[in-house]
Amino acid sequence: MSALLDISDLGIAFGGIKAVDGVSFAVRPGEIVSVIGPNGAGKTTLFNMISGLYRPSQGQVRLDGRDITAMEPHLLARLGLSRTFQNLQLFGDMTLLENVMVGHHLRERAHVLPDLFALSSSRRSTRASADNALALLRRVRLDKGAYREARAMSYGALKRLEIARALALEPRILLLDEPAAGCNAVETAEIDELIAEVAASGVAILLVEHDMKLVMKISAHIVVLDHGRKIAEGAPAEVARDPQVIAAYLGQHGQDQVLHAER
Amino acid sequence: MSDLLQFLLSGLTVGAVYALLALGFTIIFNASGVVNFAQGEFVMLGGMATAFGIAAGLPVPLAALLAILGTAALGVALNALAIAPARGAPVVSLIIITIGAAIFLQGAAGLLFDKQIHRYPGFSGEAALRILGATILPQSLWVIAGATLTFALLWLFFSRTLTGKAVLATANNPLAASLVGINTRAIMALSFGLSAAIGAVAGLLVTPITMTAYNTGVALALSGFAAAMLGGLGSPLGALVGGLLLGVLEALTAGYVSSQYKDAVSFILIILVLTFLPQGLLGRKSTDRV
Ligand SMILES: Nc1ncnc2c1ncn2[C@@H]1O[C@H](COP(=O)(O)OP(=O)(O)OP(=O)(O)O)[C@@H](O)[C@H]1O
Ligand SMILES: [Mg+2]
Repeated sequence: MSALLDISDLGIAFGGIKAVDGVSFAVRPGEIVSVIGPNGAGKTTLFNMISGLYRPSQGQVRLDGRDITAMEPHLLARLGLSRTFQNLQLFGDMTLLENVMVGHHLRERAHVLPDLFALSSSRRSTRASADNALALLRRVRLDKGAYREARAMSYGALKRLEIARALALEPRILLLDEPAAGCNAVETAEIDELIAEVAASGVAILLVEHDMKLVMKISAHIVVLDHGRKIAEGAPAEVARDPQVIAAYLGQHGQDQVLHAER
Repeated sequence: MSDLLQFLLSGLTVGAVYALLALGFTIIFNASGVVNFAQGEFVMLGGMATAFGIAAGLPVPLAALLAILGTAALGVALNALAIAPARGAPVVSLIIITIGAAIFLQGAAGLLFDKQIHRYPGFSGEAALRILGATILPQSLWVIAGATLTFALLWLFFSRTLTGKAVLATANNPLAASLVGINTRAIMALSFGLSAAIGAVAGLLVTPITMTAYNTGVALALSGFAAAMLGGLGSPLGALVGGLLLGVLEALTAGYVSSQYKDAVSFILIILVLTFLPQGLLGRKSTDRV
């Protein structure tokens, strides 16, 4: 299968300092690719370029062969690229259900007049959209809080809410920036399961995560960044044995975790 | 008793105009975080354009419609030419841009129209109606009905339509909105057009009562801003409450104390409200945003 997302020679500099420098790799449909690296390695910056928030100073991003470099985020959403944030970007004033319904809105057709007068066609489509959102909330085990305001929920719940909203866009590729950060062991296991499930349905996943156990377990392919550069890439076992990677990032502790996960 | 009713009626009329002004402030503030001090110019332009349309022989509804559409187009242009290019600049800079735009629009109106005072007859005649010993101009009823209808339509728009919800989502979190596929730049343009149109509606409704001239926008903007702050900047319901409260308060002060003090009293009230309720009467704390 050919690549769905193709990153080539991507780079950006902030005030002369290269935060990401000539990074290339590819993600195929249904594949889980993880980007790892120490704090400040450039992982989030890489995501920000792919998702159209930062304009790269070099290189290209292709989706299904089409050049999408620096394309606006709302257009990327329409093309099937969706993401979550390390530090959450949600609609705090809305309920959980509404948060997910906003994500689903691309699938609806906007008809201002029928909506305004609450014609049955628009009520039907709203109902379908609410049903769909509720099903997604159930999938991330948040259906019980569907009518609560997002601002009132715990961090771990909001992490899962953001994934549900991203899934509501019915993406072809999903970028997850530290989805398990701040979650407890049970929640992490649930997120792990969810990611594998989504990938199994054919969605490509690009994952940034510090939880090495999770990364080693679910990734098909791992890209290692350090100081903005790609220092290694390959299958989890390969990467875990790479001396450069161990020096830069994993350390003894990380390698123990890897061996543990492999067993 | 009939005095009080009289003051309340005139207060509600002025208050309805303030509420529409505050609504305009609120819509643009929600979409962009900008306090648009050109909002008063939209009201002035709505009145002036309608006056000139009627003077040119157009039927009143057509003159009013053209005034609304023309002003809305100017609102969209203001965003495209002055606000959107400065996107990312500090909010204070953007606010100063809107002050510049207000001065520009005032000067342009003075040149393109003229510097005279204008009015046209009330839509349903000029004979005052008597209610329980108080009198009211039929045009006051037009103002109150027009404001009520505008608020009702807007409420339907925000609560029922996908586009309205996209506006609310953008106000809540622009970054998240763009990521779920909402074109936030289009929402900005829509918000400016909508605010300008609402301003024009206020202007064309109230001109038969208050008259208008090229330089009336600044005072209107200040009153509308005060009403928005009072109700809670960013809340449409707050705009309604703040506008009506300010209008009624001004009318009561002018009636029972002296019209010299009406501005002073309203500003004292605003200072009190903002001291004890910094978010306004119906505003929501902005600090606990997720
Ligand atoms: N908008 C920006 N302006 C200036 N520097 C930036 C900007 N965004 C990121 N950087 C810098 O780029 C480097 C990479 O940051 P980035 O957030 O991508 O790291 P990360 O790999 O996601 O780290 P973490 O694991 O802590 O999330 C850092 O040195 C950061 O300070
Ligand atoms: Mg990061």
